[in-house]
Amino acid sequence: MFKIVGREEMADGTVILNEIEAPLIARKAKPGQFVILKATEEGERIPLTMAMTDPDKGTITIIYMVVGKTTALFRDLKVGEAYQDVIGPLGKPTHIEKFGNVVCVGGGTGIAVLHPITRGLKEAGNHVKAIIGARTKDLLILEDYMKAASHELFVCTDDGSYGHHGFVTDVLKELLDKGDIALVVAIGPVPMMKFVSKITEEYGVRTLVSLNPIMVDGTGMCGCCRVSVGGKTRFACVDGPEFDGHQVDYDELMKRLQSYVEQEKECYEDYCQLHDSESLLFSNVEK
Amino acid sequence: MAQKASKKKKIPRQPMPEQKPEIRRRNFDEVPLGYTPELAREEAARCLQCRNPGCVKGCPVSVDIPGFIHLILEGDFSGAAHNLWTKNALPAVCGRVCPQELQCEGNCILAKKGEPVAIGNLERFAADWEREHGTGTLPARAKPTGKKVAVVGSGPSGLTVAGDLIAKGHEVTVLEAFHKPGGVLVYGIPEFRLPKDIVAQEIHTLEKQGVEVICNAVVGRSVTVDELFEQGYDAVYVGVGAGLPRFLNIPGENLIGVLSANEYLTRTNLMKGYLFPKYDTPVPKGKDVVVLGAGNVAMDSARTAMRLGADRVRIVYRRSREEMPARAAEIHHAEEEGIEFFLLTNPTRYLGDEKGHLTGMECLRMELGEPDESGRRRPVPIEGSEFELQCDLAIVAVGSGANPLLTETTTGLELNKWGYILAQPETGKTTRRGVWAGGDIVTGAATVILAMGAGRKAADSIHEYLTWGW
Ligand SMILES: Cc1cc2nc3c(=O)[nH]c(=O)nc-3n(C[C@H](O)[C@H](O)[C@H](O)COP(=O)(O)OP(=O)(O)OC[C@H]3O[C@@H](n4cnc5c(N)ncnc54)[C@H](O)[C@@H]3O)c2cc1C
Ligand SMILES: Cc1cc2nc3c(=O)[nH]c(=O)nc-3n(C[C@H](O)[C@H](O)[C@H](O)COP(=O)(O)OP(=O)(O)OC[C@H]3O[C@@H](n4cnc5c(N)ncnc54)[C@H](O)[C@@H]3O)c2cc1C
Ligand code: SF4
Ligand code: SF4
Ligand code: FES
Repeated sequence: MFKIVGREEMADGTVILNEIEAPLIARKAKPGQFVILKATEEGERIPLTMAMTDPDKGTITIIYMVVGKTTALFRDLKVGEAYQDVIGPLGKPTHIEKFGNVVCVGGGTGIAVLHPITRGLKEAGNHVKAIIGARTKDLLILEDYMKAASHELFVCTDDGSYGHHGFVTDVLKELLDKGDIALVVAIGPVPMMKFVSKITEEYGVRTLVSLNPIMVDGTGMCGCCRVSVGGKTRFACVDGPEFDGHQVDYDELMKRLQSYVEQEKECYEDYCQLHDSESLLFSNVEK
Repeated sequence: MAQKASKKKKIPRQPMPEQKPEIRRRNFDEVPLGYTPELAREEAARCLQCRNPGCVKGCPVSVDIPGFIHLILEGDFSGAAHNLWTKNALPAVCGRVCPQELQCEGNCILAKKGEPVAIGNLERFAADWEREHGTGTLPARAKPTGKKVAVVGSGPSGLTVAGDLIAKGHEVTVLEAFHKPGGVLVYGIPEFRLPKDIVAQEIHTLEKQGVEVICNAVVGRSVTVDELFEQGYDAVYVGVGAGLPRFLNIPGENLIGVLSANEYLTRTNLMKGYLFPKYDTPVPKGKDVVVLGAGNVAMDSARTAMRLGADRVRIVYRRSREEMPARAAEIHHAEEEGIEFFLLTNPTRYLGDEKGHLTGMECLRMELGEPDESGRRRPVPIEGSEFELQCDLAIVAVGSGANPLLTETTTGLELNKWGYILAQPETGKTTRRGVWAGGDIVTGAATVILAMGAGRKAADSIHEYLTWGW
């Protein structure tokens, strides 16, 4: 059992942070790696990136957006309760070295995934500019963390409620125009990564993206997580999750992410119904 | 007991009662229902108690077949189970899944003239009886030696090593990547062929004997083999199986609806997707399902698809019926359940719609040419024979390879050109001191009993090393 020792709600309760006791994983994890978690006997295994690790305290921190049944179940877990299974660290760590000027671009919960990489790049002696974005101010996460992890931080919101009014790609373009950028790291929704990669390709700047296909085992055993990179099939859980952004077939990834929409909906509705009837039950008890 | 051989031969082979095909094709309950004690003794009476038994030679671990059958005949079912255990740690499993027609039963003297003794069924009976009625006494454990062994992988070969070494007084820790132990017995072979409770109970018995089982431990990632030695383990056994799915590498393979058998079966068995939405993991439910390949894995996938509600399930295989590698019983069961066989057919391309969903396959008809390296006649395409086959789910069951996760992170292990670990056949010793390997990661995908046999030899060798040195 993997006990939850810290919990926070972010972005208006749509994003949850859990700090989990997992000393062995905390000791081994490197930026860019993820874990697979399962909350209960009946639960699904889902992958989440470690946004932070504390080897001394023996904890790892995950930050996830509530999008379906499993993440909703995770949200219901309280401090002191536990995940039944946490497996990791999985995936290849980010290749971190001194590249020079680096731009880290994050969107949505991708910012959580981007954070340890940004910090790692800064610690390795790079000059790091970070751009983070969200639909609106209330959905923005980890601004303070990203500020600390980079030399310069740019914030964008789609609706202009905070920071730059517009997309992360607008700011990225400006930075690319000034030149001398050795590497761009982009992590966020698939369309964002696709768009960033298109722009950086025009500028000829190397770009890393972190892919989030559906996974089961996370050890290269099932092939569920296959993605096309440079025309070749790769398994994101063992060959990635990071790949050369200019080589990825994003359209295929977006389609494959839809593999189970029908069943996911059924599963989530099931959960919501149960949840509603339970809260009804408790409200009756209170009366 | 003193019946004459000639009289015995006349008793027909006792079939094991089974669920009817039209019922079982839609449920996940076990297909064969087991012998009653009466049926078992009747079948046991057919054995001629040969002085020089062919059956034992056919069994990879030399089970004392006439011996345990004799005990069944005498009504000492518990004794039969204990007899089995001296050679085979998992008789309830092997009785169900061994390819008996190629091994013990294939070499039974009665097979030459008619039907062999149902050795597998009897083995299953004795083991089940002991599990359900036995006293649960644990095998004796030798004096603690203070030596520690790490077993990587909890499939049949790892479990055998663990059982043998704990009995010899060593401390044993099993490290398993998945959240549940059992290897293919749990994630691959379906419930209707091998109930998961049986495997769980075997593992529970090992734990009661003192074996520590740690799940969620991906060796190579969570911990490396080097670190295991640093942590004070004296020996490491690698039994990680052949967990790398093979695909056909033809266009369209990443369409939604094309899955490896590993993924399909893991979702169904390990994650219990067949109980969705009670269990949260979805399994794609095809209406028109095609399974590529014709081994046990393919049969399991096809029969699973039928149970998940398919209208039509077809096995597509590029060779002919004679070459199908599955156990005879599985092919027979699959046919009874309405699975169709599309033989001498080779897919060349998957077809999909604009949303990326599989809609069909383009195939070529084949004919058999000259024998290849494997001695089987090589299938050659018939020119101009392309045709289209409709389907909404394709399960790729064309074999598996060596998963490199552990071997890439462990120095000093020599591999063969396919990535399997080189190990001495008689001892399981690898090229690295203190490390043994066995099962599918050495031989390539094989059988449960061969994986267990390799585990037993390695356990003997590890014991010798811990006592006398490398
Ligand atoms: C390597 C990796 C790292 C990730 N890191 C994070 C992270 O740090 N924070 C975060 O919020 N999200 C992360 N994700 C995405 C996260 O795994 C999914 O949002 C989650 O699985 C959704 O599960 P659900 O049951 O709540 O939703 P569902 O209703 O099941 O699914 C919603 C959508 O999530 C995707 N999804 C479903 N099941 C899986 C699965 N088993 N594996 C992967 N994706 C799936 C599908 O596109 C689906 O349409 C990561 C994904 C990967 C592969
Ligand atoms: C669907 C299917 C049906 C089959 N049917 C039959 C049959 O009817 N009869 C028969 O005799 N054989 C059958 N087989 C073959 C048989 O199951 C295998 O030959 C046998 O299980 C091999 O045993 P093993 O111990 O070598 O490995 P496995 O059973 O594969 O177990 C290996 C274990 O190691 C774990 N592991 C892998 N990597 C790591 C790591 N890095 N760290 C920690 N743990 C790790 C895996 O998760 C797994 O649990 C079938 C196989 C399949 C897939
Ligand atoms: S272990 Fe397998 S081959 Fe040996 S006797 Fe039993 S069923 Fe036959
Ligand atoms: S060969 Fe057949 S008849 Fe002879 S001992 Fe073995 S099982 Fe019995
Ligand atoms: S998740 Fe199974 S191979 Fe990557």
